[in-house]
Amino acid sequence: MAVTVSNNTGETVANPMARALREAIYAGLIALGLFILFIGLRTDQNIRNELVLIQRWGLLATVVVITAVGRFLYVAFVIPAIERAKAEKAAAPAAVAEPGFIRRNFNWLGIAVLLLYPVVVVSLVGFQSSLKWVDNFGIQILIYVMLAWGLNIVVGLAGLLDLGYVAFYAVGAYAYALLGTHYGLSFWILLPAAGIMAAFWGVLLGFPVLRLRGDYLAIVTLAFGEIIRLVLINWREVTNGAAGISGIPKVSFFGLMSFNVSDPNYISKVLGIAQSGAYYKIFLYYLALALALLTAFVTIRLRRMPVGRAWEALREDEIACRSLGINTTTTKLTAFATGAMFGGFAGSFFAARQGFVSPESFVFIESAIILAIVVLGGMGSLAGIAVAAVVMIGGTEILRELEFLKVVFGPDFTPELYRMLLFGMAMVIVMLWKPRGFVGSREPTAFLKERKAVSSSFTKEGHG
Amino acid sequence: MAGAPLLDIKGVHTYYGNIRALNGVNVSVNEGEIVALIGANGAGKSTLMMTVFGAPRARTGTITFAGTDITQMPTHEIARLRIAQSPEGRRIFPRMTVMENLQMGASLDNLKYYDEDVEKVFTLFPRLKERINQRGGTLSGGEQQMLSIGRALMARPKLLLLDEPSLGLAPLIVKQIFDAIRELNRTQGLTVFLVEQNAFGALKLATRGYVMVNGNVTMSGTGKDLLANPEVRAAYLEGGHH
Repeated sequence: MAVTVSNNTGETVANPMARALREAIYAGLIALGLFILFIGLRTDQNIRNELVLIQRWGLLATVVVITAVGRFLYVAFVIPAIERAKAEKAAAPAAVAEPGFIRRNFNWLGIAVLLLYPVVVVSLVGFQSSLKWVDNFGIQILIYVMLAWGLNIVVGLAGLLDLGYVAFYAVGAYAYALLGTHYGLSFWILLPAAGIMAAFWGVLLGFPVLRLRGDYLAIVTLAFGEIIRLVLINWREVTNGAAGISGIPKVSFFGLMSFNVSDPNYISKVLGIAQSGAYYKIFLYYLALALALLTAFVTIRLRRMPVGRAWEALREDEIACRSLGINTTTTKLTAFATGAMFGGFAGSFFAARQGFVSPESFVFIESAIILAIVVLGGMGSLAGIAVAAVVMIGGTEILRELEFLKVVFGPDFTPELYRMLLFGMAMVIVMLWKPRGFVGSREPTAFLKERKAVSSSFTKEGHG
Repeated sequence: MAGAPLLDIKGVHTYYGNIRALNGVNVSVNEGEIVALIGANGAGKSTLMMTVFGAPRARTGTITFAGTDITQMPTHEIARLRIAQSPEGRRIFPRMTVMENLQMGASLDNLKYYDEDVEKVFTLFPRLKERINQRGGTLSGGEQQMLSIGRALMARPKLLLLDEPSLGLAPLIVKQIFDAIRELNRTQGLTVFLVEQNAFGALKLATRGYVMVNGNVTMSGTGKDLLANPEVRAAYLEGGHH
């Protein structure tokens, strides 16, 4: 609530405490006016179904006091501190800071951390307790990383705003589920099949929307995502409707070992170790990591190839592209198809991991979350997107672990319910603090002598 | 001039919706010429340039390039016949570096002649070499114009279309760019068709010129003749050129 009431006269500058006090009173009054009806009064039904008003003046007073005190502290202490820091920074010689070790080797360190993560978790909490950390955190985050990297090709590189990306995720998952349950094919055959199927649907979506850009494209892709979901719900003969498909076969260890307890080649029988569900999850974790790294590798390679270059040029200026002899039709379709293919991979992996798919997993909010990760990470930046996925998905997952909050807010408090609220708040804060996402610079793909990342903070918005 | 013109625009009408922008335009450009099209704001100069590229498409009339009818061809295929354009507003790729922009220009040949051609562009515009790793969007207006022309040249064009290369630039930079165009024409025999509001500079540069008013070509002649023509002088030259 940045209500700046003060004018910078000499008197107020001379006495920040007085100014802080005055602003605190104003902030308190504004909070009182805003919340008197929202918080002070609450409507409820009594036992005879009559509407009654419950008065909550105590709670209102708490909120008003918190606002006033917060404003006081902000004006009296935080603002002067920020200004001092700014002045110090301005006074210091403008030395170009050599990026530190972590920043220079961020990608390799990140991969190393991801590779070691299950090992560390298992050694810390043991096999059985590692399930939650490897599955809910590791695999969950990696699936979103994969999805966001796939969407990044469409949105970040080609500049085509796609709000229905979850459709390809769904196509991949259902392709895997249906082919897996009906024909019993293995994961290693179904994975590429699901990818090809999703790419096919990507082209199918691409054709009618070739002429559209920006907002119009966003609306059509949004509708496409909903259509796929509604077809999945209503085409009961094939998809089993809202009940979904269960009993999807597990992934085998390259056909050598199985993760089904009843199979003769069950992993703990083959290796002679104790039975545990954790092996499967750890295997899936590495599988997800491999798929995510494949996505990253392909994206990096494609960016340096003519087609990737054309995607980026298309994002910048479609007319210029055409006048340089680039076929924008095929360029857009390849972007849709490639992005959709990775969505399909993620979907088939999701189906294999859950063993169950239903239309409920592919609602619009999933598209929105994936898009939010791409935007927060910095469109086009793989490292930034990975960080955003960890923050957003890991952050919301960690809410489930915050049991101690029950001590503060009472036993009825369930932090998960505040997931979307925090998600939204985090997005607003990141966008204020870093309007171009965590990594807002675009790495050039061609350079003479030295590679220099170019900050995007100078560039105007793309017109995608 | 022996043989058919390189670019022949015959009776072209172009519309934006129901609004007629071009009203039966006839313009021809012969090989090795610099042809200037001058006219006031909204006369249809840029529309003619874009119509050559099929966006918007001519409703009636024909456009022939090197004997091929390109009236109904998709834009990217027209470009592949080696017509290159530095479009109105330059339209460089702002987030890509100068080098990447130039590489985009060479994408028709898959960068086969890139090294050779990029040296030619740098000889013409040494400033671009200094800016090689800089992003297009951070260049000055004049440098962006140089990049836009340089990018078009990377496609090894038979015909170069330039839409207002002097727009918004300081007189010294305009001179540099016009000198560069003259140099290209003289040493490499490049055919150039340019649209200009800076009538004086354009007609001085041009072999031949056309004057456009309200979607019609009203006058044509050699650059010298048009410069001397009292009507042209009154409408476009007197009253504060450059």
